[in-house]
Amino acid sequence: MVDEEILMPALSPTMEEGGLAKWLIKPGDFVKAGDIIAEIETDKAIMEFEATSDCKIKSLLVEEGATQIKVNTPIIALEIENSQKLSASMKTAKITSEPKRVETKGPTKKTEIKKPSSKKEEVMTVRESIRDAITEEMRIDESVFLIGEEVGEYQGAYKVSQGLLEEFGMGRVIDTPITEHGFTGLAAGAAFAGLRPIVEFMTFNFSMQAMDQIINTCAKTLYMSGGQMNCPIVLRGPNGAASQVAAQHSQDFAPWFSSVPGLKVVQPFSASDAKGLLKTAIRDPNPVIFLENEMLYNDPLASSNVDEELVPFGKARILRQGSDVTLISYGIGVKHALQATILAEEKGISIELIDLRSLRPLDYASIFSSVKKTNRCITIEECFPVCSIGNHLSASIMENIFDYLDAPVINCTGKDVPMPYAKNLETAALITVDEILTAIKKVLNHS
Amino acid sequence: MAPVKIKQPSLSLIESYKKMLLIRRFEEKAGQLYGMGKIGGFCHLYIGQEAVVVGVTATRIPGDQTITSYRDHGHMLACGMNPKGVMAELTGKRTGYSKGKGGSMHMFSKPENFFGGHGIVGAQVPIGAGLAFANKYRKTNNVSFTYFGDGAANQGQIYETFNMASLWKLPVVFIIENNQYAMGTSISRASSTPKLYSRGEAFNIPGELADGMDVLEVFKAAKRATSHCRKGKGPYILELNTYRYKGHSMSDPAKYRTREEVQNMKDEKDPIENLQKILLRQGESEENLIEIDQEIKAIVSEAAQFSLESSEPDISELYDDIYIKNDG
Repeated sequence: MVDEEILMPALSPTMEEGGLAKWLIKPGDFVKAGDIIAEIETDKAIMEFEATSDCKIKSLLVEEGATQIKVNTPIIALEIENSQKLSASMKTAKITSEPKRVETKGPTKKTEIKKPSSKKEEVMTVRESIRDAITEEMRIDESVFLIGEEVGEYQGAYKVSQGLLEEFGMGRVIDTPITEHGFTGLAAGAAFAGLRPIVEFMTFNFSMQAMDQIINTCAKTLYMSGGQMNCPIVLRGPNGAASQVAAQHSQDFAPWFSSVPGLKVVQPFSASDAKGLLKTAIRDPNPVIFLENEMLYNDPLASSNVDEELVPFGKARILRQGSDVTLISYGIGVKHALQATILAEEKGISIELIDLRSLRPLDYASIFSSVKKTNRCITIEECFPVCSIGNHLSASIMENIFDYLDAPVINCTGKDVPMPYAKNLETAALITVDEILTAIKKVLNHS
Repeated sequence: MAPVKIKQPSLSLIESYKKMLLIRRFEEKAGQLYGMGKIGGFCHLYIGQEAVVVGVTATRIPGDQTITSYRDHGHMLACGMNPKGVMAELTGKRTGYSKGKGGSMHMFSKPENFFGGHGIVGAQVPIGAGLAFANKYRKTNNVSFTYFGDGAANQGQIYETFNMASLWKLPVVFIIENNQYAMGTSISRASSTPKLYSRGEAFNIPGELADGMDVLEVFKAAKRATSHCRKGKGPYILELNTYRYKGHSMSDPAKYRTREEVQNMKDEKDPIENLQKILLRQGESEENLIEIDQEIKAIVSEAAQFSLESSEPDISELYDDIYIKNDG
């Protein structure tokens, strides 16, 4: 007899850990390939986990209900005849087919969603805060509705809209066919008629299909109608790179949308800002592009206490006060910038870190006053380098406060390449903390 | 909600005649002003197609919405928008419906429920379905009249919209104004099938073809369409065969069709002349029709005068209306 193990599987590109929602087997059971052995909960959904070959269960190594089990942690010990030795693929326990969802009608007890609460001390994830913002606004205003792919029965492709269908029903949480151009135009029409649609793009990569309606309809109609026809619409969803989903699914569109008059564009980092900005966005009578980031939905660094305040547009947040270098960032860039700040501070460098939060309108006043103080500036973002927000900030700083600069502004961005798939190449294509530290050194040593 | 009793729409031939004539004279004047350099950019005239919008709009009840493409002057006049405001917009004046910022292709009126005026071929169609979505969301009895041409009928978003409109049973009448040419490309060179009204079959949307040069036929078909929509049965497609006498826009080489073809349509099918004959047969006096013509000419002249005398938008307005202030 040889013992083998089944490991905690990775069920999504970004999954690092998960929970064991339910065991469907017990020690001593014989299991055939394809049998469902457990339900595994990720931060996106609860999924069935199948055996990939025939085996006998010796023991279960984690308890039902356990959470935060790291991927590749042994969860089942197997008893195996030598002649039936498991194939290598079983050892890593990667599932071979698309995981099947078991949850369609709202959360289970274990995933019971937290009802929006006014408790200020509670730490929330970005995902929860976005859901709460939508929930609260839908409770206040009957004209607010959520529309997009998989927002209802599936509970959101990234679980952001979990529980909303249950509370608001099919009339206000509307699952669409896969038809971005069509449903964006339809939502724009509903907005012209006075409703307040929240359009979820499963990711902003798919918003490219709807670009004409976003730019030519949503952004321009107010102007073209001489101020008569406003479009109170929120277009939201994850934007930027996730993890190893390659070029067509990994792009930061912030600079694209930010270049268009008529749109408002925000890209929060923290849970608190996500909620406050989204509530502001939903109440705004103009079209708002609300850029989220899949990697931040559950990130502890981005999780925060969430208060009830609305966050105004056009107001940057000074995350750290400092005197040597100004770092300006937004969205997931703030995470890299924060990490670089901590390392720089250990070396005695005083960093002023600005989270823009809002890209259009942009808080020029805070940027200029910070750079006037530090005389050095680095911008940090994940988008392509050409025509980045940083490019625009560099130009604005040069035009307005050139004499205050002690060094050229450096733009840290993603690389000028389509996003590669291989992990090492992907890492190289994205912005790194080291690159920020190098830039800090460079602006400090400029003479 | 208790079913709302809808008054059956009726068509007054003399009123239709007035409206069609207003559109014709208005467009003729717009053509003149374009030639004089008073109207700039693109200007798409509706001459020849008047029976379509007048016949359909006769089925409109308060709250119904209308939306169309860039060939929109006729739709605005049919919806009751003021010819002065439309002409002033054409000439880029501050008294125009869009304060001079929209021009021929982009005009709107909230009070008249006219939602544009859209310059991107086909883009108004999902928006029109969105207006219908709002009607359903609010449980009203209203219908969205969503117009597009035979050219737009080949855009992908039309079919995305057909699918959703049928799936969700949205009260929208899709009106395909088939004027036979998408710019210079005839329907036979652009469409794999001439039956545009049947393009909804795959989505289970009923469709019918009617003579868009005959206002009474248009009205009858539109009545069937709106009644279908108001009963909650979902969308309806109305293909109306019509003909534009003028070029696609003001700069049209007119090489893609013969002069004889255009002349034949004018001689045989003109919607206004044919209605005039009917009216005379029904006992309307010639004097009365002449009087109507003069009244309309006066309205149009006045609109042109108004538009020429109005001032351009103030330069300070360049940055206005990009965003609207929060009303909350």
